[in-house]
Order: sequence, then C-alpha cells, then structure tokens
Amino acid sequence: MDLQTVVYLAQIAGAVCFVLGLHLMNSPATARNGNLLSAGGMVVAASATLLSLAVRTGGVGTIGWVIIVVGFLVGGGLGLYTARNVQMTEMPQLVSLFNAMGGGAAALVAIEDFVRITGAGGAPVSTTVFVVLDVVIGAVTFSGSLVASGKLMGLISGRPIIFPGSRLLTIVLAVVTIAGTALLVLGAGGAVTLDGTVSLVVLGVILVAALVFGVTMVLPIGGADMPVVISLLNAFTGTAVAMAGFVLDNPVLIISGALVGASGGILTKLMADAMNRSILNIMIGGFGGGESAVAGAAGGPGGSVRSIGADDVAIQLAYASSVIVVPGYGLAVAQAQHAVRELAELLEEKGVDVEYAIHPVAGRMPGHMNVLLAEANVPYPQLKEMDEINPEFDRCDVALVIGANDVTNPAARRPGNPVSGMPILNVDHAKSIVVIKRSMGRGYAGIDNELYVNPKTGMLFADAKEGLAQLIAAVKAL
Amino acid sequence: MTDLLFPLTIFVLAILVGFEVISKVPATLHTPLMSGANSIHGIVLVGGMLIAAEARDPLGYVLAFLAMSFGAMNVVGGYVVTDRMLQMFRKKTAAPKAGGKS
Repeated sequence: MDLQTVVYLAQIAGAVCFVLGLHLMNSPATARNGNLLSAGGMVVAASATLLSLAVRTGGVGTIGWVIIVVGFLVGGGLGLYTARNVQMTEMPQLVSLFNAMGGGAAALVAIEDFVRITGAGGAPVSTTVFVVLDVVIGAVTFSGSLVASGKLMGLISGRPIIFPGSRLLTIVLAVVTIAGTALLVLGAGGAVTLDGTVSLVVLGVILVAALVFGVTMVLPIGGADMPVVISLLNAFTGTAVAMAGFVLDNPVLIISGALVGASGGILTKLMADAMNRSILNIMIGGFGGGESAVAGAAGGPGGSVRSIGADDVAIQLAYASSVIVVPGYGLAVAQAQHAVRELAELLEEKGVDVEYAIHPVAGRMPGHMNVLLAEANVPYPQLKEMDEINPEFDRCDVALVIGANDVTNPAARRPGNPVSGMPILNVDHAKSIVVIKRSMGRGYAGIDNELYVNPKTGMLFADAKEGLAQLIAAVKAL
Repeated sequence: MTDLLFPLTIFVLAILVGFEVISKVPATLHTPLMSGANSIHGIVLVGGMLIAAEARDPLGYVLAFLAMSFGAMNVVGGYVVTDRMLQMFRKKTAAPKAGGKS
C-alpha cells in the first residue's frame, strides 16, 4: 500500500467522523462528543493532506509552505479569537460570518485552479462546469452571508431594503452569469475559440455578477426571515465546497460538502415551515403583503387590554402548580436569560413546576433560544419543543410570555391574515396568561396580537429584564 | 465523462446520508448543529492546501493565501464556538429540582 492510498483512506476516515459526529448531535447528552469527533476527523483529513503534499515528488515550494502555515495561523487565530469572545446572542451573525469565509474559500480555490489550468493550455469541459458552479455559488454565499451578518449586527438595516430596479438588476445579473457560463463551457468544448485571457476576463465578470447577486439577494429580506436565510446560505456553502471537490477531484471535499448541503437544505425547510413561509416566498423578499393585509383581515382587537402589576403576577406565579415560560427574541435582546432562570428557580423552590415552551423560530436562528437559555444554566430537559408542550398549556395555570409575539397569536388558526397557518404555541389555552412586554407594539408580521386582549391575559408593561427583576423581587417578598 | 461518474456517485450518496442524519436532530440543537455543519464545510481548507502547493505566480499566491486563511477561520472558529455552545447544555443545574413535579 503506497502512501497516497493511506492518505486517501485517512481522508475517508475524516468523512466518516463527520457523519458520525453529526449523528451524535441527535441528543444534547452526546452532542459535545459528536462535535469533538467531527473536529478530530478534520485534523486527520487535514494532516493526511499535508503529509501527502510534503512527501510527493517535487514537494511544496517554500512559498507554498509559508502560505499554508501563515494563512492557517492568521485565519485560525482570528477564528479562535472571535469564537472565544462572541456573546451567545451574537451567534447568528458569527455563524453567518464563518459561513461567508467557507464560501469565499471555496470560490477562491476554484478561481486559482482555473487560472492555473488556463495558463497551462485550458480546462476540459467538466472542470470548467464545476469551476463556474463553485465560483458562482461560493461568491453568492460570500457576499450574501456578509450582508446577512451585517444585518444581524445592525451594521445594515434589518428591514427589507428594496431599491428601484432591484428586480431588473437581479435579472440582468442572472443573464450575465448564465451567458458567461455558456461561453466558458462552449470555449472549453472547442465550439468557440477563447483565448486564455478572454476566459479569465469572462470568469471575472461571472465572479463580480455573483458577488453583486449575493448582495441583492439578501438585502430585501427582513430580519425575521434571517434564520431561514442563514440556513440556506449554509447549504449553499456546502454545495460550493462539494463543487470544489469536483474541481480538485478530491472525495473528502465532495462528501463533506454534500453532507452540509443536504443538512442545510433540511434545516432551511424546517425553518420555513415553522414560519409558514415558502423558501421561494422569503427569497422574493419582504414580509409579503404584511402591511396591506393587516387592514382588511386582522379584524382589529375586539376587547380591552388589562394591565397588571408585578405584585399580582408574583402571587399568581407563586401559588400556581405549573407555569410555562414562553421566551421570545425580546428576552434575548434585553439579555434577560439569567433573570428568567433566577425567577424559575425561585418558583421551583416554592414547588411550582416550571417549563419553557420554545417555538422553532424563537431567536434569530434555528434553536437559538435553546442556546441562550442553556447559557443561563437552564437544564435542557425543561426546554420543550412546540409539539411536545402544546397539549400542556391546557393543564397549565399560568403562561408567562416574555418578549414573544407573533408565535403566540391565536389569529394564526384563522385564514385570511399574515400569520394564518403559522404553527403557534397554544398560550391562549392556559388558565391564565401574563405577558411581559414594553408596549402594545406589533411583531414582525405587523398585526395586533389577539392574545393581548384575551380576558385571561394580564399585561405587565416593562422591558423584559426590568419586568423580571420586579417579579423576582415580588416573589422573594411573598 | 466516465471519470465523473465515481465522484458523482459519492456526491449523491453523501447527500442522502446528510438528509438521513439531520432529519432526526431535535430543534433544541439546531443552532449548534448548524454551527457544527458550518465547521464541516471548513474542510475546504484541504482545498486551500492543495492549491497553495500548486500556486506558481503572485496571483496564485494571493488567492491561495486568502483561501487558506478563510478556510482556517471557518474551521477553527466553527469548532470552537460549537463546542462552547454544546458545553452549556446541561441536564441539571446545581440547584436541586426535587419536588418540582406536581
């Protein structure tokens, strides 16, 4: 068995580690080991590649080694620093940023390969096809993820940005990309004579078009749809990496890329379903028809709002036998995860059964709320998914809604309004409901929440953190 | 064309494996899962190494360097942050939960 075979086997072993690692992520108990296994696979695959490069005939030039080592140290150092220091609420933008890096790297790999092969006499048709696919998908992901990350960081407005002619621009970009691709493929096939420089210019045009397309694709998408977008871009990067695998004829890149592409695709679908939107609908932009649909269909709040004080809420909570907390993004924005856990522990000491109802889109990426609560030391068995907790609202004494809005709106059960058909938490089934909210402001769907005018509902008007602090003080005083 | 069939087979099978493995993960873990999957595509780092070894001119050097650093940031950052998230998922806090069930 020669060394190249060993290296090949090592790379396959790496891919196996990725699959098993993902599999172990099925349960919070084994997930950490899964991630470590996956990281181990990465080390094996990368070391094997380095080894094969070092011992091959001709080896790697000094500059090559410098690039590999310095590049790794610079990128790895930056990655390590940001990963260590990021706040859990900032997780979506960081994942998005890392995703941009992966997409960018995949595109760069293809570009370098194409430049070199073109200099050496031109690429065959199959390589050209994969190079172009890799460059297009990688570049769209790179710029798209950076914009998504910027939106989540607040550097770019989170509102849908639609400028005049954006649709036309998108169409022009698509045409340019397709025409460029066709030209390169025909050139590689010999149907058209392309000189090396012209091919490179065409690839450059495709690259720019794809980069601009990534920007125009994400700009019109609103903040609430970001979880779906991040997930979709993650799938894109996976696909781009698989394409890079085809370009370099490297199976581990193909396997890993396809794995991530498929998993990202599934997550995107799950998220879109949980928000009652089709992926296409989200990509086309804006919260479709939100404003226009409100006036006609929402029907307006039919009752009056009952405001309630912290002391009353504290009594309700302390003498309940079961309380379900419904946290939303407002809780995370107010950094109130620790306060909610403190309140829950106080209540548990008083013998109250406390659980958390987590809607799939709570937070800014799939499962984000679980991470935020886990950070605040909430044990994960108390975190209940929507399907699991919904029947329990019928038996629960108090539902405490903190910073969640649209996902609790009973209007979703009726047709004819922007949230129609969206899976919601059955908060209105609880015997009594307390909502902590700053104002009667609307959620992303732009409609009034009928839950707030429910006779069973008391509104505690406060910022999430402040309201919880009042509640904690009041419960302690009992 | 035939030399494409083998990679294509791998590609299709890996997609199916991906679907199968992921569809069972509970929503609780979707963020770490996405972050973990995100680190896996950092395998493009291997691609960065391969092109760094082949690059022979300044443009190639720059492209390879960028690819290496982007890929490394993706891999290192991705795994570290995923681990940070996952280590927070605990079954029980220090506080006793005895008598909590009613």
